[in-house]
Parts: sequence; structure tokens; C-alpha cells
Amino acid sequence: MNVKGKVIKYGDNVDTDVIIPARYLNTSDPAELARHCMEDLDKTFVSRVNKGDILVAGKNFGCGSSREHAPIAIKASGISCVIAETFARIFFRNAINIGLPILECPEAARDISEGDEVSVDFTTGVITNITKGKQYTAAPFPEFMQEIIAAGGLVGYIRKQLA
Amino acid sequence: MGMTMTQKILADHAGLDKVTAGQLIKARLDMVLGNDITTPVAVDEFKKIGADRVFDVNKIAIVPDHFTPNKDIKSAQQVKYIREFAKQMGIVNFFEVGQMGVEHALLPEKGLVVCGDVVIGADSHTCTYGALGAFSTGVGSTDMAAGMATGEAWFKVPEAMKFVLKGKPGPWVTGKDIILHIIGKIGVDGALYKSMEFTGDGLKWLSMDDRFTIANMAIEAGAKNGIFEVDEKTIEYVKEHSQREYRVFKADEDAEYTDVYEIDLSEVKLTVAFPHLPENTKTIDEIGDIKIDQVVIGSCTNGRIEDMRMAAKVLKGRKVHPDVRCIIIPATQKVWKQAMDEGLFSIFIEAGAAVSTPTCGPCLGGHMGILAQGERAVSTTNRNFVGRMGHPESEIYLASPAVAAASAVAGKIASPDSL
Repeated sequence: MNVKGKVIKYGDNVDTDVIIPARYLNTSDPAELARHCMEDLDKTFVSRVNKGDILVAGKNFGCGSSREHAPIAIKASGISCVIAETFARIFFRNAINIGLPILECPEAARDISEGDEVSVDFTTGVITNITKGKQYTAAPFPEFMQEIIAAGGLVGYIRKQLA
Repeated sequence: MGMTMTQKILADHAGLDKVTAGQLIKARLDMVLGNDITTPVAVDEFKKIGADRVFDVNKIAIVPDHFTPNKDIKSAQQVKYIREFAKQMGIVNFFEVGQMGVEHALLPEKGLVVCGDVVIGADSHTCTYGALGAFSTGVGSTDMAAGMATGEAWFKVPEAMKFVLKGKPGPWVTGKDIILHIIGKIGVDGALYKSMEFTGDGLKWLSMDDRFTIANMAIEAGAKNGIFEVDEKTIEYVKEHSQREYRVFKADEDAEYTDVYEIDLSEVKLTVAFPHLPENTKTIDEIGDIKIDQVVIGSCTNGRIEDMRMAAKVLKGRKVHPDVRCIIIPATQKVWKQAMDEGLFSIFIEAGAAVSTPTCGPCLGGHMGILAQGERAVSTTNRNFVGRMGHPESEIYLASPAVAAASAVAGKIASPDSL
């Protein structure tokens, strides 16, 4: 699977309270959540994000609350992939479980700039920065997680097991 | 190479003799938890899995505590949805308003978690039960759904950091100061993906309430779980609250730790985390004049009986500053009744504080004390992220109940000794 898009970039410790503020958690509708994605960090996000865009961030992306509404909101906003130096562990799990592609790659996260055109090959973990003419490689997922991803998330994976 | 406390519990629940850090395992679950925000999504996912019943009606706990008593129609709909699900599935541990409390104060009190358990909860502060010598960790709604259907969860066996606690804490210093001190030292991602294991002679000075507070905030250092070595106090607590059989897992002497920190509790000062990260800590003597508008004393971090007593000790015979709203939220019905029976509410009300029914409420900017633009709060909760308690331009200072109560009186961040 490949994706290609323009980069929207943020810094370290982007927490789930700014990804989707709790005041909007009285719903779990993805479209409604997407309308408020990143609102307390970047009011312009919702208006400028385009389908397929790639989100790049620093350390500890998605720290804080376990709300799955955070990766759901990001996915529903049209973001095709998140690349970060590191992810907070619950966000990491949630993203895999709901089928939001994420890649941990410190080199790419540091080097890629806002607005760069980037493509990602999930099978090889190769991230290509088309604007800068550079390539970076993220560590591939363990086989077990690849199976979850291939099944479209944890629900698909469990369904297969129970079948 | 030996195993850490966490690794031993995980190996046991995976049916393996040994596990090593980095290994992917499937573990048997003793408890699966969800709240009114995360459970609705979990129920949707559970339905998608196609399961027609839960793995064990006694091993699931659903606690509507975040936006309850329901703050608006949408919240009421969400709770109605999960209440119907709990009824339909025959889930025993569904806690309605009147029985409910803040989940992580409630579950240990109800005896639903004991030493040696493996617990997942669709709430990041599920790590609280590590105080009981259990492995417990926060997950999302889909993991909760899978856990409810199968009774299992997948884990990557974590590495561990060891915190050797020594010495006796000084006056007013509690679990909150200790964990803020540690987070200030290692940072909000200092324990990312790892276990934080707490041990050492200093444990004997820490009450169970102190330990719950410390384990509760392990997630604020990015940890997978926080866990305390089991001692007489743990056993006493578990026996008092639960009929369930418990098992004590001790780390091997040759267990591997990525880092070992010695924390001298006698040197820990009253500590406050400044906006907008729990790692931005300052000791009370480093804080200048910071005027405040609100104080919140409560939450899964600091809403237990000792926290109430500490607040009362400071507020007794004093008045809340006229420019401050002081909101006190006992975390459970049991804590509420105990505080009432001990006369603590008279102290709070005479001081001019408001006492609320149990709820997570203001901690996550839900209800019962939202901040306006530019307002500042001292709060005994666990997160001071941008917009966490209300307006994105409000500020939260995290502190212990003693410092919060003293600040309510002073109208600015203050030590109880300064009053």
C-alpha cells in the first residue's frame, strides 16, 4: 500500500486533548469529530487539510488520554498517514487497531518540512520526500501487527480468528 | 536473566514460563474496564466483531463517570446506550449514578482488582491499579471490545525502569509530590513503552492512597504501567476490600532494568507542574506570585479519603479567598460518606468551598468547573495540557490536595506552611 500527500507538521508532545478536545467527546461520529480535529493546537487545520495529506510530528505524538476518538478524528479528517519521532503507546495501539497508518521514523520526522510532498510505501517502510529528493526508512512492523493492519484493524483480525 | 514484576505477571497470564522484553504475547484478562466516553465506541466495535456474549459477565466493569450525572442530551444518550448493552449482556459491574465513582478510585474499593491481576481499561489512568501489585494498562475502545469478546489482549512485553524509594517524606509531602518530582526528572516520555517499578525501604512510609496517586500518573511519564512491590499494606488493603484470591509476584534479583533511580523521599519538596505539561515542575519555593481563579480537589489521582482529610486539615478554620472558586469532589460514594461522617464537609462548607457528587467532571473539561479564557486553576488532577479544563487559553497548575487547599485560601499558589 502506498500513499502520497502534502505534509502538515507539528512539534513534540501533541496530546489527545488538542487532537480532539474532550468537550466534543459526547459523540463518536467520525465526521463530527473530524470537524474539531486539532482545534486547540491549530485552528486552521480543519480548513486546510486535504484528503491524502500526511501528518508529521516530533516526539510522543498522541500522549495523554486513551480516547480512540483521536486517531478516528485524524483518519476522518482525510490524513492518510502519521509519521512521528515516537508515538505515545496507547495512541500507537489505537491507530493500528482502527487502521490509521502510522510510522515511527525519527530521521524523517526531523527532516521533513511543512508543505513537503511525501510518499510512503508501507510494505517496505520507505518514506520518500519528493520535494527534497530524499529517502528515509522506518522500521517495519512486526509480523503480528502487519496481520492486524492487513485485516483492516483489530476487529477484522478477531473476526477472522473467531470464524 | 530474570524477569521484572510486570514480566512475571504477563508470563503467568500468557501461560509461559518466561517472557523477555519486546516479545509479543497474548495474555488472559482478569478485568476489562470502560467509561461513558470510551465504552460507546467499544460497544460499536464489539457488535462489528459479531460476538453475541461477553467472555465473563463478572470480569467487565463499566463506569459512567466522565460526563455524569449526564451533563447534556448527547452524554445521556451515550450512557443510555452502554446501560442497555450492560443489561443485555448481563454485565454485573455496571455502576449507575448513586453507586458509581471515579473509576480508578472505585474498582480497588469494590475489590475488583487484586495483586497479580492483568487488567486493561479503555482509560489511560487504568495504570492506577499497579499500586496493588497488578499489571494494569490503558488501551483504546477497540482493545476493550476485543477484550470483552475474547478475554484476552495482545501485549508487547515492556522493558522496565526501577525506582528505589528511600527515606521518609517531609511534612505535607504526599504521593502527588513524589510522582510530579519523578515526572519532572524523567519527562513526559521518560518511561515511554516501559514499566515503572516502585520498590525500596521508603515504601513503608507510603499509604495505599499515596501509591494509587503515584501509579495513576505513570502514564504522564509515557509508561505502559506503574507497579508497586507488594508489602503488608497491600495485602491488608486487598483482604479488606476483596474476597478474591490474590497472588504476589516479585521481581527476580537479576531482573534487567533500563534505568535505576534512587529517590530520597526526605528530599522531595512540595511540587507543582506548570502549564502545559506535567513535566514542567517547580518546587514550592521556586514559585513566585501566581494568582488563581479556581481550585479543584478530586479525580482518580487525588479524590480519595486521605486527600479529603488533607484538604480539610488545611481549610479548617480558614476561608477560601474571595476571588477563588474551590470545588471539592470526593471520588466515590464511599469516600463521600466517609468524608461526611468525619465532619470534613462542615469544614469545607464553612470555608466556602463547594462539594460535588463524584464525577471526573472538570478534570477533562467536561463539566462542574470549566475555566474561562485567561483563567488559572490549581488542580489535584493529572493533566495540564492546553484546553484540558476548558478554554484553550486557560492554565492548569497540578498540585497535591494540601497545596491546592492552601492556594484556595491564599488566592495564589501557596504552601500550607505559608498560611
